[in-house]
Amino acid sequence: MTHCPECEAVVQKGDKIEGEIFSCPECGVELEVTAAEPFAVALAPQEAEDWGE
Amino acid sequence: MSDAFTLGLFYTIIRPEEKWILEAAQARGIPVERLHDESVTFPLVRNGFKADLVLNRSVSHTRSLYALRFFEHYGVPTVNPYDVVSLCGDKVLASLRLQEAGIPTPRTVVALTPEAAMKALDEVGYPAVLKPPIGSWGRLLAKVDDREEAEQIIEHKTALGSPMHSVFYVQEYVAKPGRDIRAFVVGDELVAAMYRTSSDWRTNAHLGGETQSLEPDAALTELTLRAAEAVGGGVLAVDLMESGDGLLVHEVNPTPEFKALAGATGVNIAARIVDYAAGVAAR
Repeated sequence: MTHCPECEAVVQKGDKIEGEIFSCPECGVELEVTAAEPFAVALAPQEAEDWGE
Repeated sequence: MSDAFTLGLFYTIIRPEEKWILEAAQARGIPVERLHDESVTFPLVRNGFKADLVLNRSVSHTRSLYALRFFEHYGVPTVNPYDVVSLCGDKVLASLRLQEAGIPTPRTVVALTPEAAMKALDEVGYPAVLKPPIGSWGRLLAKVDDREEAEQIIEHKTALGSPMHSVFYVQEYVAKPGRDIRAFVVGDELVAAMYRTSSDWRTNAHLGGETQSLEPDAALTELTLRAAEAVGGGVLAVDLMESGDGLLVHEVNPTPEFKALAGATGVNIAARIVDYAAGVAAR
């Protein structure tokens, strides 16, 4: 486990993999798994103007 | 699946789509080389990566274009190819190609200055839709109801300063029945389709529209496949609207999301994409 950088809530690794985007279960901010082992997260990258599908 | 084949996954973030692609590859025994668009470097001569084919899942149009060009330069096939992504990623170029191929699309006029944009809006008639030529997810789209609103929106867009906001893609507002259609193409097959319904005039699933599985009829299938072929084919999401004059193709997405579509239809789209990529690599 680790902590949300925004609200410091506990965040569990579960089956998340490196690079995965998920919402903090506490504050809802988007987080990115920056490392699977040891588990680390950071705020997800901000959507840029040329992002899309 | 051949042991020799390594799938390169070029990505920005791992969303459910990318996770499913990784799982589908694993289920087929295909090794995946993860290529993060924030950290890969591109020397002029290929060096240090194993992938036999690169599947582009980067959400950045700019990064996608340069990277795909490099991969092709290295002799590595890509899904989708550079030409397809560069064409579909620019609404102006995509509209031109669809028109050239005789695909019905909404009436569109492009203007290159704010003054010309006002003329373009007059030509299309109100209400109209103003879109940035590059961009997705319904971002910075504007439905323009009259001249006064047009002047304000154009002034705001001009103030954004980016050259891309000084190109004005003006499209007729199609009075669709509160929904549009997304049809997903893999190779020469329409693999899944759905209605996207929203109370917002933009029906992008990204904006929270509701989705419902759709059994494509012959007309939808034929038009979807023609549109995909017109832009070069591959893995593409064709967006269509139901107008009074029949189906219109308004967009072809070259790096499509499919979480909502997979959820609505139950089709394992990730598996179809991986199988298609393996097939392209084997050609």
